[in-house]
Amino acid sequence: MSLWNKHAIFEKNSILLLIGVLIVISIGGLVEIAPLFYLKSTIEKVEGIRPYTPLELAGRNIYVREGCYTCHSQMIRALRDEVERYGHYSLAAESMYDHPFQWGSKRNGPDLARVGNKYSDDWQRRHLENPRAVVPGSIMPAYPWLAKTDVDLTHIDQEMKVLSMEGVPYTPEMIEKASIDAKAQAVDDDPNAADLVKRYPKAQARAYGEKGRITEADALIAYLQQLGTQVDFKLYDGKANLR
Amino acid sequence: MSVTSHDHQEIDAATGTATTGHEWDGIRELNTPLPKWWLYIFYATIVWALGYWVVYPAIPLATSFTKGVINYSSRAEATAEVSQLVAARAPMVAQLAKASFDDIQKDPKMLTFARAQGKAAFGDNCAPCHGTGGGGSKAFPNLVDDDWMWGTGTLEEIQATITHGIRSSDPNTRQGNMPAFGDGVLKPIEISAVADYVRSLSKLPVDQGVDLKAGQKVFADNCAACHGDNAKGNQELGAPNLTDQIWLYGSDKVTIVEGITKGRGGMMPNWGDRLDAGTIKALAVYVRTLGGAR
Repeated sequence: MSLWNKHAIFEKNSILLLIGVLIVISIGGLVEIAPLFYLKSTIEKVEGIRPYTPLELAGRNIYVREGCYTCHSQMIRALRDEVERYGHYSLAAESMYDHPFQWGSKRNGPDLARVGNKYSDDWQRRHLENPRAVVPGSIMPAYPWLAKTDVDLTHIDQEMKVLSMEGVPYTPEMIEKASIDAKAQAVDDDPNAADLVKRYPKAQARAYGEKGRITEADALIAYLQQLGTQVDFKLYDGKANLR
Repeated sequence: MSVTSHDHQEIDAATGTATTGHEWDGIRELNTPLPKWWLYIFYATIVWALGYWVVYPAIPLATSFTKGVINYSSRAEATAEVSQLVAARAPMVAQLAKASFDDIQKDPKMLTFARAQGKAAFGDNCAPCHGTGGGGSKAFPNLVDDDWMWGTGTLEEIQATITHGIRSSDPNTRQGNMPAFGDGVLKPIEISAVADYVRSLSKLPVDQGVDLKAGQKVFADNCAACHGDNAKGNQELGAPNLTDQIWLYGSDKVTIVEGITKGRGGMMPNWGDRLDAGTIKALAVYVRTLGGAR
């Protein structure tokens, strides 16, 4: 009885109620979230995960801008049927440099977590321009403007700087060479491509589309073609990371 | 739940329901508690949650988390289920791996298995480019006809193409490029002449007054090395037969001129990195039985 009566203080004083609500929610948040930063098992230790190259990052921005995540997930769940169809289940480490992650929650289209190198650049380009041209029954919207618009790389180095503050290991050298790297990745046989691959292992440098310009489609395809390809699952120790 | 409800057993005249005694500016709150069945289910779910915390991984600790008494792991479960599936398929896959195409065709059980597995894998991996039934589309070859760009459509050749891809990053990939003749090799007028000549090879109409002899000479000097003197193609190099009615990119003159000027070189991924050998063999059987078998 006495406890209920004391509760009247909160009911009659809105500021006190507000502070009380904040305290209760903070406790819940602390208990749920804080341990994740210290749990060793939250993010697996995996070889091969690297930050996105400047061109891939620009492509990722287009992926987010066009809302691809509203219909495509990037999260292969640890279920037999998903592993059968899409490949190895997704690891937390594979999206640790994603800010924000693109796991998604809806699959109007297929999961894209391992779409990298699954189809050719040419297919990706034709499919983005008009999905019905290659997949007659597709319900995906067409994105014809991507191949007609030059990708904006003017602020990509600054974006990398911001991401480095969020914990993505971009080195000052990577940030400085951002626009050189972006251009080197989008053409065939660029002299700077070797340096790019040194900085970003497994980066795929080639002409993704029309020669002489780097379009939004090129950047997006560069991003898509590396999705899920960074970890070599022949070397990955699944037993060490069961959960 | 209300504390004061016991003190005030006031009945609201309009509804006949007891009030809680709470009053705001003359408005009284009716005491209509949650239905008992609902309330007890709610309590039961709380009890269930407590059990869940004990049985399954639940609570994060400082550097670890509670594993639960049954030591459940979704990753271990998925891994175990996948290996069960692989084990269930293993005898058939082993049999299929050794069998020649003739053996497979003679054994209805093996053929059914290979076609079913091949069809499932085709739907997700191959259909986006080659079409659901293998019919292909512009720039992506039709697999239903008996015209092959690489090899002659034997099971081994199809298997090799799927495993290593075409112009892929695999060291054993099929290689061969249609160069860009517009990059300083041929003049536009020569390209136009040879495009007309190529159309004439398939009995397609050409513009009146076109000098096919000139086109033929350009062809002999530049194209015959890969496509052959008789333009029947070369399946070692992926050079298509130009005398038939089958066109990968289109038979109109604009498309042919574009191909000669800018070159062509469609890429097929090397599936050996993504699919296991058993699935690839099944896919090869499926593709071969689509109708393109020689």
